[in-house]
Amino acid sequence: MTDKANQETASALPIEMTGVDISAMQDPEFIVFKGINWSVAGGEFWVIGAPQHSGKSDFLMTTAGLIPPAGGRYKFYGNETQIFDESRLADRLRMGFVFENADLFHYLTVAENVALPLRYHKNLTSEEAGKIIDELLELTGLKPIADVSPANLPRSWHKRAGLARALTLQPDILLADNPLGALDARHSFWWLRFLDSLARGHQWLGGKPLTIVATTDDFRPWRGSGRRFGLLKDKSFVPLGSWNDVISSNDPLVKELLAAPIEETVTPANP
Amino acid sequence: MPRTYTDYLGRKIFLFLFTAQGIAAFALITLGVIVKKLNVASNVVHPMIRREISRAGSRLFPMYMFVAVALGFLAIGQTVTVAARYGAFNYIGTIMVTVIVRELGPLLAAMLALARVGNANVIELGTARALGEVEALESAGIDPIHYLVMPRVIGMTLGVFSLTVYLILAALCSGYLFVFLQNVPLTPGEYFDELAGSLSWLDFALLALKSCTFGFFIGIVSCYHGLAQPVRLEELSRLAVRATSESIIACVFIDAVYFLLYLSL
Repeated sequence: MTDKANQETASALPIEMTGVDISAMQDPEFIVFKGINWSVAGGEFWVIGAPQHSGKSDFLMTTAGLIPPAGGRYKFYGNETQIFDESRLADRLRMGFVFENADLFHYLTVAENVALPLRYHKNLTSEEAGKIIDELLELTGLKPIADVSPANLPRSWHKRAGLARALTLQPDILLADNPLGALDARHSFWWLRFLDSLARGHQWLGGKPLTIVATTDDFRPWRGSGRRFGLLKDKSFVPLGSWNDVISSNDPLVKELLAAPIEETVTPANP
Repeated sequence: MPRTYTDYLGRKIFLFLFTAQGIAAFALITLGVIVKKLNVASNVVHPMIRREISRAGSRLFPMYMFVAVALGFLAIGQTVTVAARYGAFNYIGTIMVTVIVRELGPLLAAMLALARVGNANVIELGTARALGEVEALESAGIDPIHYLVMPRVIGMTLGVFSLTVYLILAALCSGYLFVFLQNVPLTPGEYFDELAGSLSWLDFALLALKSCTFGFFIGIVSCYHGLAQPVRLEELSRLAVRATSESIIACVFIDAVYFLLYLSL
């Protein structure tokens, strides 16, 4: 790549969707969202709200290049993107993904799960990788359970291990699918504080601010400044703005996601 | 013939062709990955290959020895005893090589590996697929064929090959043991001379190729059913049964191809 091309890539938006249609993972023929126009600048922290089973995961998986867009143009750092195949491995590794159920590899321990991307891409032995990921396990509070297998762990710790695994390769963007879903207050608090520190620039990432996109079915824990909010509604994406815009919104679905009293009944999302 | 029967038959034929096409494509992709990426991430993948060879090979050794002894006593011992009764010592080598070395040994070894490891592959990979672990691998930039399928297919191929050799050797030896216990007038030298005289280089070459092909396709079919399509946990038992049936059909088909090869060479 030439210097000019490198500069263009560096200055391009991490995520830029123009008229993107998103299909369901389980049924590629079914369009979940149509004509999404959305862009994310470097260092932004987005929280996207939608009810359960409304297609948040499909939206995020398309953003992660795991599902090809059914239509429209999706640019990742200025490069047209369909799906991250082998030729786009470098782009794929700029993005960390935390699945809603963490999706840890059930036959590996927590430490092995976290180390796997590093070991695979840098061809390290478990001892070599262990020295590197020890710090990450410490930072995420996973050190005491490093040798435990996922089957013996509560779900809250699965998610945290999923987060550590997504951060192993020090990505530029973090996509987190409903990270606070089904967490207790203590874990939710830890997550919010940790994500904020990543967005500001964490020591693990060399102080570089991380671009974060998280989905949620409950806006309330995300209150506060420094985050941008969006809504997936009626098969489209609606940017909401800051937290103040969210709490002043009259949209019934926003009120529902804030657990505020609503005057009209919201139509249930298509399962 | 009533319409419903022809419809049923048509559906089955289309399903068979569709599956055969899918398995063939999956086999080609896997071969491509083996050729291109055998040494990629070697510190991660090579230990997995060694583990799979152990799982489909050395760990099954005791069971194979049990079956080999049983095969030797039941098939070889009785055949030799009957042949000896009619003085047909000259045919012992030919019969043993045709029945045990060319046919029964490789096929039996493949079926045992299918039952012990092939089904486990379907369940393991299907569980990984159903629980979203395959997407998790993709999101981390790890090729699931390279990480999950390649070690299993190589392990199954080498495992079936080596166990076939051990099974045949043990069956032939235990067969003679039965003959000895029956007081058949046949010395070990005569017995093994008969066997050696009936074996040619072609038997060794085709035995190696055939057992490797069996192992490769059992690995491919079991991994294909576990991994290639989205799956739910409750579908795993059905998939395991389907993978078993298709692996048996594939092995019989491969056996027929090698039989034709024997005839033509």
